[in-house]
Amino acid sequence: MAREPIIKVRNLRSQFGDHVVHDALDLDVYGGEVLGVVGGSGTGKSVLLRSIVGLIQPKEGSVSVFGTDMLRASEDARQRIEQRWGVMFQDGALFSSLTVRENVEVPMREQTDLPADTRRALAELKISMVGLPPNACDKYPSELSGGMRKRAGLARALALDPEILFLDEPTAGLDPIGAAAFDVLIKKLQTTMGLTVFMVTHDLDSLHAICDRIAVLAEKKVFVTGTMQDMLKVDHPWVHEYFHGPRARAAGFGTEG
Amino acid sequence: MDINLSGRLVVARLEEVTAQLSAGAAAPEVTFDLTAVEALDTAGAWLLIETQHQFQARGGQCEIVGASHAQAELLEVVRNSIPEKLDKAKPRHGFYDWLDHVGQKTWRAISGLVEILGFLGAVIARLGYVALHPRRLRLTSLVHHMQEIGLNAIPIVSLMAFLIGVVMAFQGAVQLRQFGAEVFVVDLIAISVLRELGILLTAIIVAGRSGAAFTAAIGSMKMREEIDAMQTLGLDPIEVLVLPRVLALIFVLPLLGFVADIVGLVGGGLMSWIELGVSPGMFQTRLYESVDVWHYLVGLIKAPFFAVIIGIVGCYEGMKVGGDAESLGRLTSTSVVLSIFLVIVADAMFSIFFAIVGV
Repeated sequence: MAREPIIKVRNLRSQFGDHVVHDALDLDVYGGEVLGVVGGSGTGKSVLLRSIVGLIQPKEGSVSVFGTDMLRASEDARQRIEQRWGVMFQDGALFSSLTVRENVEVPMREQTDLPADTRRALAELKISMVGLPPNACDKYPSELSGGMRKRAGLARALALDPEILFLDEPTAGLDPIGAAAFDVLIKKLQTTMGLTVFMVTHDLDSLHAICDRIAVLAEKKVFVTGTMQDMLKVDHPWVHEYFHGPRARAAGFGTEG
Repeated sequence: MDINLSGRLVVARLEEVTAQLSAGAAAPEVTFDLTAVEALDTAGAWLLIETQHQFQARGGQCEIVGASHAQAELLEVVRNSIPEKLDKAKPRHGFYDWLDHVGQKTWRAISGLVEILGFLGAVIARLGYVALHPRRLRLTSLVHHMQEIGLNAIPIVSLMAFLIGVVMAFQGAVQLRQFGAEVFVVDLIAISVLRELGILLTAIIVAGRSGAAFTAAIGSMKMREEIDAMQTLGLDPIEVLVLPRVLALIFVLPLLGFVADIVGLVGGGLMSWIELGVSPGMFQTRLYESVDVWHYLVGLIKAPFFAVIIGIVGCYEGMKVGGDAESLGRLTSTSVVLSIFLVIVADAMFSIFFAIVGV
């Protein structure tokens, strides 16, 4: 695997009023890896994700994806890049007036000119791939449970076979079995489709199970990145507490550190 | 027949891929060679497998060879994930379906009305309970809603009533002048504004202004589970949310109706003076002499009933909001339409009633 980052964040500064969330933040994401982003509440994990996908304009700094500077590129260039990623929001963020299948078809309808039959078949395939039963296709988001909405959100994010997948707390609010199944699903899709995954999470089990690398947000920047083994050696109070706390021990690591 | 596929078998190029695959459509046996394929995604894999299924369905042979490890894995995943074809129920358009549809709609309308009556009953029961325990009445909330519904609505209600008075006087003048009966314009304005228009139009404005606000406020609380939270904390949503709103409406709608009556008369009087030369003094005298005070009372008697309709419908529709944002919008508009409709129906029934009792 070539170690050329496909997402390069440099010197990022995000600020809301007087409140500085990120200051001089640098981050690299490499092709084909699963990167887990962790950090305490309010350290701006979601803000970072939103800054990369362009939902928030950072005050300073640059974000480049596939070598294109997303903050300064033309509208067209940015849109071409945007077609190469998929975003799954925390609660699925499905359009409530559309059925699950129609939700998955939305990106195909906007970005491609596939015939209706193909679109429908591909949407059903994606819905089945994320582990939803066929009868979920015609349901509305309000008729689904939280876990099913997340899966449907994932199906929509995968609709166009993106190269990068952004996940915002994919396992939050799922029961442990559902969360583990979701981890397995993401890992399976990642290996078979060759995805790069950028995942904001709090779930130590997910970090352990599927993340190749972990980035810790603290002190307004990416404090440290590395594998799980590297994390255990970091000597920062928050990081130490996070990876050595009772929950970390319960998840089966941190004991050797 | 061997077909060597090449290039990118991805969703953006699905049409080219279809063309490549269909080259062997007529042959009984086909082998797709993926060796030269640069990229394969789920859409490409799906197309390959669909083509394979089509061959198999008509007894042909189709093999896929030369896939890399990752590609083979992807093909396997997609193959296992293709859902079975479901029998789609066809939409029917017969007479019986139409009848069925009408029947269901009717039934839903009737049961909806019954449910609103049930809700009204629950509110009255709660009102009785609060009457026995006056300290449970949310006074702050009541006053807040009275200000919101009543005081803040005075400008728009006054403007509306003033213009209605002006229009009545103007239209009446044109007709009455033909008979030289200009002075009867006072009766026309007074009776129509006091008896019907003042309170009816005020109720319609309040339904649009406050009824919709009730539904939206209660609905969004319902959506964010605030109402469930209230119940677990031992608070009764009807007592906390519905009673103050309905009571506030009952108190202020007659007052708003009174304001509308007065401003309507002023507007009518002003226009009569300008257009017909009926001086304010003459207007006043004529008003005293020929317009019974019952016209005014008939209008005001209706106000609390309209208030109950608007309040109950607005709160009930809010309580019906489900988990999605769409239902909030739909029910807010239902609430306004339904409460205006019911207000007009009630007004018609009052007309009949007053005609029978002879006031």
